[in-house]
Amino acid sequence: MVAEASDWAVDVNDLTVAYREKPVLWDIDLQVPSGVLMAIVGPNGAGKTTMIKAILNLVSPTAGRVHVFGKPYAQQRRLVAYVPQRGSVDWDFPTHVLDVVMMGRYGALGWTRRPGRREREQAMEAIRKVGMEDFVTRQISQLSGGQQQRVFLARALVQDAQVYLMDEPFQGVDAKTERAIIELLQELRSAGKTVLVVHHDLQTVPEYFDWVTLLNVRRIASGPVDEVFTEENLRTAYGGRVPFESHRKVEEA
Amino acid sequence: MLHDLFFDYTLRTVALGSGLLGLVSGALGTFAVLRRQSLLGDTVSHTALPGIALAFLVTGTKTPLLFLLGAALAGWLGTLLVMGVTRTTRLKSDSAFGIVLSVFFGFGLVLLTFIQKQPNSRQAGLEKFLFGQATALLAGDVLVMAVVGSLLLLTVVIFFKEFKLAAFDHDYGVSLGFPMRAIDILLTSTLVVAVVLGLQTVGVVLMSALIVAPPAAARQWTDRLGRMIWLAAAFGAAAGIAGAVISSTTSRLPTGPVIVLCASGLVLISLAFAPNRGLLWRWARQLRNRRRLMVDAVLLDLLELADQHGDPRHPHRLETLQAMSLRPSSVTGTLADLNARGWVRAEGADGWILTPEGGREARRRREALGGRP
Repeated sequence: MVAEASDWAVDVNDLTVAYREKPVLWDIDLQVPSGVLMAIVGPNGAGKTTMIKAILNLVSPTAGRVHVFGKPYAQQRRLVAYVPQRGSVDWDFPTHVLDVVMMGRYGALGWTRRPGRREREQAMEAIRKVGMEDFVTRQISQLSGGQQQRVFLARALVQDAQVYLMDEPFQGVDAKTERAIIELLQELRSAGKTVLVVHHDLQTVPEYFDWVTLLNVRRIASGPVDEVFTEENLRTAYGGRVPFESHRKVEEA
Repeated sequence: MLHDLFFDYTLRTVALGSGLLGLVSGALGTFAVLRRQSLLGDTVSHTALPGIALAFLVTGTKTPLLFLLGAALAGWLGTLLVMGVTRTTRLKSDSAFGIVLSVFFGFGLVLLTFIQKQPNSRQAGLEKFLFGQATALLAGDVLVMAVVGSLLLLTVVIFFKEFKLAAFDHDYGVSLGFPMRAIDILLTSTLVVAVVLGLQTVGVVLMSALIVAPPAAARQWTDRLGRMIWLAAAFGAAAGIAGAVISSTTSRLPTGPVIVLCASGLVLISLAFAPNRGLLWRWARQLRNRRRLMVDAVLLDLLELADQHGDPRHPHRLETLQAMSLRPSSVTGTLADLNARGWVRAEGADGWILTPEGGREARRRREALGGRP
């Protein structure tokens, strides 16, 4: 598949991030085609979260550039939605589910305009999509981990973006919620959206995703799961200690 | 006392000024408390001291407006320094707050001592900024407070959405395209101005209490940000007015510390009595839960005994139930509860049996808990 640069949903070039002298990400090149559901995997400290944050310019890279659909990210912000790690906010904040989900419309609203009836309806639709309609006015600390994760997901859904960057959306989530979330992500893909997910469970990669990036400071490999998710690549990424019997899974794939 | 509040000029001015101050600092303090930057108020007020001293040294006059300007500049510089230190060094924000606070405050004290050692006596009165002197408030000061305070509250109303985003999820705000650093600086600046407004009344040492206490009390009563801001403003105003009135009843009772004590009293009451979050409520809820669990436990024990015995009408002794229970001392009370509901009744000397209704209830509960029906 030969594609023009502008065809890539996300196009990362020479991205390097260093905290002090230590590089966290080194010279990352990453081309993600439009309409894939991609896992970002790698051992702890591989720079998965940092990569998501660098793409969003939440950490400033030492070098490199990020394009979204052919234009610099700064011009394409509207097309990108972000689902941060659940632990990144204070869940005891005095607010409820609907209020948090409506934050997804703040960018479109712009300065000083308050969310109104339309934003409320859009938020309610997203809340129904993630199955949280029974908790609309529940204070957010009164939710389980999986419910909090679904609130974050709904907040990203109301942004109506083209590209979704998700940092560990399955963390602290029970098996049933995990299924519900992955079905939602697959729906997004069917609707032509591009979804990048920081993922921890190697077992489920072939089942859930069609595209994968293996990361360990450098980009080890990136491409379709059945081509790239090989034992050799996993060994390179995880330093020979692959945390599951990879051969079985890879043969299946 | 109430009569004085309306007809005594001095008391009216002091009460109005203190009330306004509490209102503004309570409303703006809400964001500082929610962002876990309670030390911010402390830092701003302490870093303002060298600003006041320098304003006097440079101009040689004691114009209140110049003092406020110097205080605001120094306070603002101090906070920017804290933001810079946290961003560029490994220091966590609490250490950064602590360092900046003590360096500036120390410098301010040095300047103050230096000024006081000067031969002329023009310096008299500068030390009132340490603990405040609310009784010196004039109608003009109160007018300045009212105008500046209204501007601050208006800023919060206009940028409510942006401030909420900054307090709840800063990074997400960046990803939405908002210049969050500018919003941070605006939010912090409103707090700096609010603190400076209070320096003359409450002083640098106690001002931070007025920033932290009203929101901390308000958080106990509501789960909505908007209501929390209004409630904090109301608590702050109440503390300000009450403090002014109480201190006027006794001579030489300083107003600032009394205001702070009133605010602290509101915090204590809120911590203890607020519904849901208050200690008393939580304690009551725990007690209720424990009683409910005991009801379940004794009911299921009796059902178990009846099942084992084969005869539901055979009475079981209190001692048997106590031996089966994790909290033997509560069994008697629980049996009385169950008896009142008609689920058990006494039989014979000290025996107990399930009523038919109690038997059905016990089976229903056992099934709900995952046991056999």
